Amino acid sequence: MADKINEMTAVSLGKEIAAGRVSVKEALDSCFEMIEKREDEINAYITLDKDNAYKRAEDIQKKISSGELSSPVAGVPVAIKDNMCTKGLKTTCASRILGNFVPTYTSTAVENLEKAGAVILGKTNMDEFAMGSTTETSAFGVTKNPRDTSRVPGGSSGGSAAAVAADECIFALGSDTGGSIRQPAGYCGVVGMKPTYGTVSRYGLIAYGSSLDQIGPITKNVEDTAAVLEVISSYDKKDSTSLNRKDTAFTSALKEDVKGLKIGIPSDYFGEGLDPEVAAAVRKAADDLKAAGAEVSEFDLSLVEYAIPAYYTIADAEASSNLERFDGIKYGYRAEEYKDLHDLYKTTRSEGFGEEVKRRIMLGSFVLSSGYYDAYYLKALKVKALIKKAFDEAFSKYDLILGPVAPTTAPELGKSLSDPLKMYLGDIYTISVNLSGLPGICLPCGRDSKGLPIGLQLIGDCFKEDILIRTAYTYERMTR
Amino acid sequence: MANIISDETIEYVGILSKLKLNDEQKEQAKKDLAQMLDYIDKLGELDTEGVEPMTHVHPDVNAFREDVVTNGDDHEAILSNAPEEREQAFAVPRTFD
Repeated sequence: MADKINEMTAVSLGKEIAAGRVSVKEALDSCFEMIEKREDEINAYITLDKDNAYKRAEDIQKKISSGELSSPVAGVPVAIKDNMCTKGLKTTCASRILGNFVPTYTSTAVENLEKAGAVILGKTNMDEFAMGSTTETSAFGVTKNPRDTSRVPGGSSGGSAAAVAADECIFALGSDTGGSIRQPAGYCGVVGMKPTYGTVSRYGLIAYGSSLDQIGPITKNVEDTAAVLEVISSYDKKDSTSLNRKDTAFTSALKEDVKGLKIGIPSDYFGEGLDPEVAAAVRKAADDLKAAGAEVSEFDLSLVEYAIPAYYTIADAEASSNLERFDGIKYGYRAEEYKDLHDLYKTTRSEGFGEEVKRRIMLGSFVLSSGYYDAYYLKALKVKALIKKAFDEAFSKYDLILGPVAPTTAPELGKSLSDPLKMYLGDIYTISVNLSGLPGICLPCGRDSKGLPIGLQLIGDCFKEDILIRTAYTYERMTR
Repeated sequence: MANIISDETIEYVGILSKLKLNDEQKEQAKKDLAQMLDYIDKLGELDTEGVEPMTHVHPDVNAFREDVVTNGDDHEAILSNAPEEREQAFAVPRTFD
């Protein structure tokens, strides 16, 4: 058991609470104490929900004490990314346009957590509408990386990853459209997982790229990731892309065993642009797994450099459509001065959205416009099919793919937004996983010479979360 | 730069996006869009003849359901988010005279 409650993992705190050795209130006290201490500097949260959290804690405590409620996360404090709707609790998507939006319903993933007894501390900062890789496009200020506050926490789920890394919560939920769980987990030295597309309901997740978005856990270790993913996964009629999976008992994969596992390392992930220290740490992780009995070999995945242009075409096209609903009529911000209805839409959106969001809406609108649809959007969907096929071929030979999560460790604050294209290139190892609907997990694999965490990414075939969890768990136990 | 975005095109993109751009923003948007399109043009290097466009990775199955009301009456909470409401409805500026 860790010295302080807020430093504990979800599973171990859940056990302490179930055994009556720690109360739900004490768990909250400990997290809010750390929030008080570090939040001014870190800015991981947009909204804190202290009063409601304590009210809920009383109720949950009663249910746990009476034996009515038992789950690995019962009474455990959680932070939720601010693009998941929470009934009665402000949900902004880190955008001015939703700055005062209070949802009338709760997203299914959060509802699943609440049913299991988790207590929401607050809503975490993110890139506006999840568009960005640094959490610097938020309308509510930047989040700083708790491991080195001169650096970004990554993005777009930067607030969730920072809150976990700073022990300002026990665990968090993030969302991942192109790497937005895995990359910030890597930069902050915590564990993050994007499950197979369709595993966690998207109902109540404010849409960015609907065919790519997935919710997943950000936690302090692999055991927590498995436990939380098990709780939030569900078939949901309210999400037409939700899958009816029977194999979501992810904690049963927590075994130390990689003997005979076939691990492929894409040699094209180790080309130009990859920091040598990151490359060395990732190769060392592969060697460690080999020493534990895995069969490791290199192969050419191919098409790696086409993933980014395909992704930004598809994601931005979907975003331009999804974000049309923000028009200043039904909810959110409305411009004060306008000439007529059409001008109201335009002025509201121009004042309400930030630069990166506008840039993506414009590109998305363009690639969907008549005359360009075939050349850009349809072409990208065909390339997506080719990328998926390349993964299918890889998974006919390997049980999982191992590589870095990002080309570098966390960049300094203020250095990324001036050149958007350069920032997009940082997503090279994560976005093909979304395009192909695959599960991916990121976990720490050492630090660079500046002391910054390096992230190891494991990619599995669809529905093979169990292999990822087993491998990640084995590696974590070997190295911690 | 291979792609050049004309004034007419950026005007049209502004209409499609429902965004208002001043002259300075228009110039920046033209530059950004051209740069991204140059980059996306890389996809042209791949031969995709005969490849089926893939919208979703899992086989598409239509999720049909009966159109029945399952939620309660939330109109007060919903309207409380509206920037302007009148007589229990969303208020918008006059659309015709």
